Amino acid sequence: MNAVTPLPARANAARMGSAATVAKHLQTLDQHVIEIMSDSGEGAQKCGQSFGSIAARTGNGVWTVEIIPAEIQPPARSVAGASGNRIRIGSHQITNGGDEADIAVAFNEQVLLGRVNAGELKPGCIVLLENMWAEHDDAKIAGQYAETRDRLVAEGYRVYEVPMETECRALVPDPRKGKNMFVLGMLCNIYSLDMNLARDQIAFIFGKKDAKVISSNVALLETGWQWAESNLDFKYRVPAVKATVPQVVINGNTAIALGVLASGMDICAMYPITPATSASHYLSDVFERAGGIVHQAEDEIAACAFAIGASYTGKVAVTITSGPGYSLKQEGLGLAVMAEIPLVVVNVQRGGPSTGQPTKVEQGDLLTVMFGSHGDAPKVVLAPGTIEDCFYSMITARRLAETFNMVVVVLSDASLATAQQPFPRPQFSTEWLAPPVDQNPVPDGAKPYDWDPVTGLSRRFVPGQPNGMHTLTGLAHDRNSRVAYDPEINEQGMRARSMKLATLQKTLTPPPVFGDREGELLVVGWGGTRGAIEEAVARLRGEGHRVSSTHLTFLQPMQPGIGEILRGFRQVITVEGNWSDDPNDPLIDESNRRYSALAMLLRARYLVDVDCWTEVRGRPIKPGTVYTELRGRLAHLETSR
Amino acid sequence: MSAATLCLHHFAEENYALEDYQGGVPRWCKGCGDNAILAAMQRLCRDEALRPEKTVFVSGIGCSSRLPHYMRTYGFHGIHGRALPIAEGIKLARPDLHVFVNTGDGDCCSIGAAHWIHAIRYNMNMTVLLHDNHIYGLTKKQASPTSPIGTRSNTTPRGSYLDALSPLTVTLGVQNVSFVAQAVDWIPESLFQILTAAYRHRGFSFVRILQRCPEFVGNMFEPWVHDPQRMLMLTHADGIRVSPALQKIYRNQLPHDPADINRAREIASSEDPIPVGILYRNPEVPCYEDLRGAGKLRTADQVRGTLDAELDKFTVWPQ
Repeated sequence: MNAVTPLPARANAARMGSAATVAKHLQTLDQHVIEIMSDSGEGAQKCGQSFGSIAARTGNGVWTVEIIPAEIQPPARSVAGASGNRIRIGSHQITNGGDEADIAVAFNEQVLLGRVNAGELKPGCIVLLENMWAEHDDAKIAGQYAETRDRLVAEGYRVYEVPMETECRALVPDPRKGKNMFVLGMLCNIYSLDMNLARDQIAFIFGKKDAKVISSNVALLETGWQWAESNLDFKYRVPAVKATVPQVVINGNTAIALGVLASGMDICAMYPITPATSASHYLSDVFERAGGIVHQAEDEIAACAFAIGASYTGKVAVTITSGPGYSLKQEGLGLAVMAEIPLVVVNVQRGGPSTGQPTKVEQGDLLTVMFGSHGDAPKVVLAPGTIEDCFYSMITARRLAETFNMVVVVLSDASLATAQQPFPRPQFSTEWLAPPVDQNPVPDGAKPYDWDPVTGLSRRFVPGQPNGMHTLTGLAHDRNSRVAYDPEINEQGMRARSMKLATLQKTLTPPPVFGDREGELLVVGWGGTRGAIEEAVARLRGEGHRVSSTHLTFLQPMQPGIGEILRGFRQVITVEGNWSDDPNDPLIDESNRRYSALAMLLRARYLVDVDCWTEVRGRPIKPGTVYTELRGRLAHLETSR
Repeated sequence: MSAATLCLHHFAEENYALEDYQGGVPRWCKGCGDNAILAAMQRLCRDEALRPEKTVFVSGIGCSSRLPHYMRTYGFHGIHGRALPIAEGIKLARPDLHVFVNTGDGDCCSIGAAHWIHAIRYNMNMTVLLHDNHIYGLTKKQASPTSPIGTRSNTTPRGSYLDALSPLTVTLGVQNVSFVAQAVDWIPESLFQILTAAYRHRGFSFVRILQRCPEFVGNMFEPWVHDPQRMLMLTHADGIRVSPALQKIYRNQLPHDPADINRAREIASSEDPIPVGILYRNPEVPCYEDLRGAGKLRTADQVRGTLDAELDKFTVWPQ
């Protein structure tokens, strides 16, 4: 998509001096992907996030995502230890992390190798590599460095060796703590960003520290800029459209935490689990200032039960977890369903089953949250597709839980959790908040489960309301909440709980279609894959293909009108980050093929022959991968007319 | 009379009858010790004039956990083992409610054991009644963690293999323990006294009640029921004063200061004679709900102010 052309550069040349200014070749780009990686603790993440913020202030579209090692303190200079950031910037809105990187900045060659081996770098991409290792005292390290550098050069990467350590040592006693700002300066030069914005950013991130810290980091920034100016033979410009409204740059988990705060919920009960916990970390910091409480329970089951207890007394509570924790909560969720206690549950999905891939992305929990617990346990399931959705879905979830006395599950994922994307700053409204807890007497004759014959809804009595005393139970119960094994009553209760989903569904509108409402191929997705799918579809449409997509926010109940949308296309395919059998596997045929989660649901509900394409590689699905897959399908469809 | 005075007047006159706390007709077996516990609870609610709408009985699963259905207060009959975290959520959200927990030896000491340990540590202001009959009743006679070694049951037909767990010593071993007592269902007067003391203690009041299950382990407590000398009544000015009538029957008495935790642990270790009374009380242990500032009123302005201050940190303003 971008316009990078090979340059007759000084790339791959040996060390570069710092004095001579080289001839610049300024290129204008539509978008670019940058990766910055270091050992843990060297600050590559801070560098990447700052770069993203500066680009956002400039008016570029930005998506940043963390590169996280699985271990807290992986050994230094290890292939598996890469810690850092991927930043994608563009001249338009950026909705995903993009394809392979165009530029990689590495603080040592081993962490770089990790990304090379994972196939995350574009062939021939620019590599800016710390060169201190070349003359390391340990001959083995020096040898590893030389070997990797030579290998990358031989493979066609444009390797620039950067004397980060040497340059930074002149400014700070411990260059390890300063390289990140040197690199930030380098990147500001490369992408022609306004250095005043970069200085502001440094003042902002080190704002709590004294002026000396800020000035030494500004010095590092400027040195990095100057080094790039003098030594690199390329420079880019990504045109920006200045934002006209204030925007916030936060990741999905922060958005969820702020959504909890903004929704007027009072209590969050949680237990530490990756990758959900950062939402609770952040919430712990801010919630109490607004009178809220984060309770770290003794386990996931207790966190769920605690939230249920809190919700029971009036205001909806939330519990935040990831897959394994969700599994543990399921008995409790069944209780909340049966007793009709409103509850919001956030599941930030990770790779499964079991411990799986705790820091990696997957969309494997959809069927679990829809059908989980035991027996018929209808719940509302929402899946945010953008960072902005993460914020507003919490407000929606709280209101739905309260209105329908239901469990509402919000399905985020590991990629949304750590990805940042600017979106318009939310304008607080008092309508987002929960109403005060009703403590008025219950009218004579009213029943705690007076299920409306049509909607299934009933008014909830909460403790403190005179005349409303009853014992709520997870046993089958009648309208008076009395334990009942009567066949009629059991069916009435089941029906009422099911009808609430239908009632909610009647209030929903059809999902928007991205592209035309008719064509050869329709892609259906849900959750964090939205940006990648729509980018691939836009690209194919630009090439003249008759392809569209639709993205589902409500997975249960599903929005109306989906069947009509599906039937407007010759073929329908879901693109998901979960497992599906490959129909070309020797043992697989239509009688045993396991479809992906959404495909299975759509096939069952709409009787449309929905196919699926899925990937479980532990990383966000790339728009280029979706593009290639869809293009293949379209070619087949277009020739089989 | 002003509205406020009227309101106070109304409060002062508020009193209740036993019927005000009587819910459904109990469905426990004939002779089940749970009936005595229910009677004591209803009497406690009446005597302490607890407003039914402000009172919540929380339970798990098991025979014991049916108790909320027989009260005319709010009740929460939850799931197996999880009564304590549910009760904690209730109390943290609404410290104004009186919270009681009914749990059994399987519910509390087996499937819910993790929650039990942590509930002691949280020390939230609630009264916990461990209905300990040494057997699983609702699922029809399986050994529980408190079954004495050798107990024959459907899962241990040749006798249970392990020494019984002592709920008292376990509870007394956990940090922040603030109230531990033991009662027996067959001495209703002392049961009531102990429950009253437990209710009045501000903190996590843990009362183990030895409770007869005539259906499955009919002889479990018979030697003690029939031999008052095998009961050890704990007495103290700061504890329970055994009434003159009871003193005549239960002559085996031991002065014990509930402030003495080491002595409490020694007494708790005795299975025969069975100690009855307050083993330990420490009103100074802070309650979790107080530490967390629960029950504060929250305003829209607070939410708006906090949200805006946070958003400021992340906002990119148009240049």
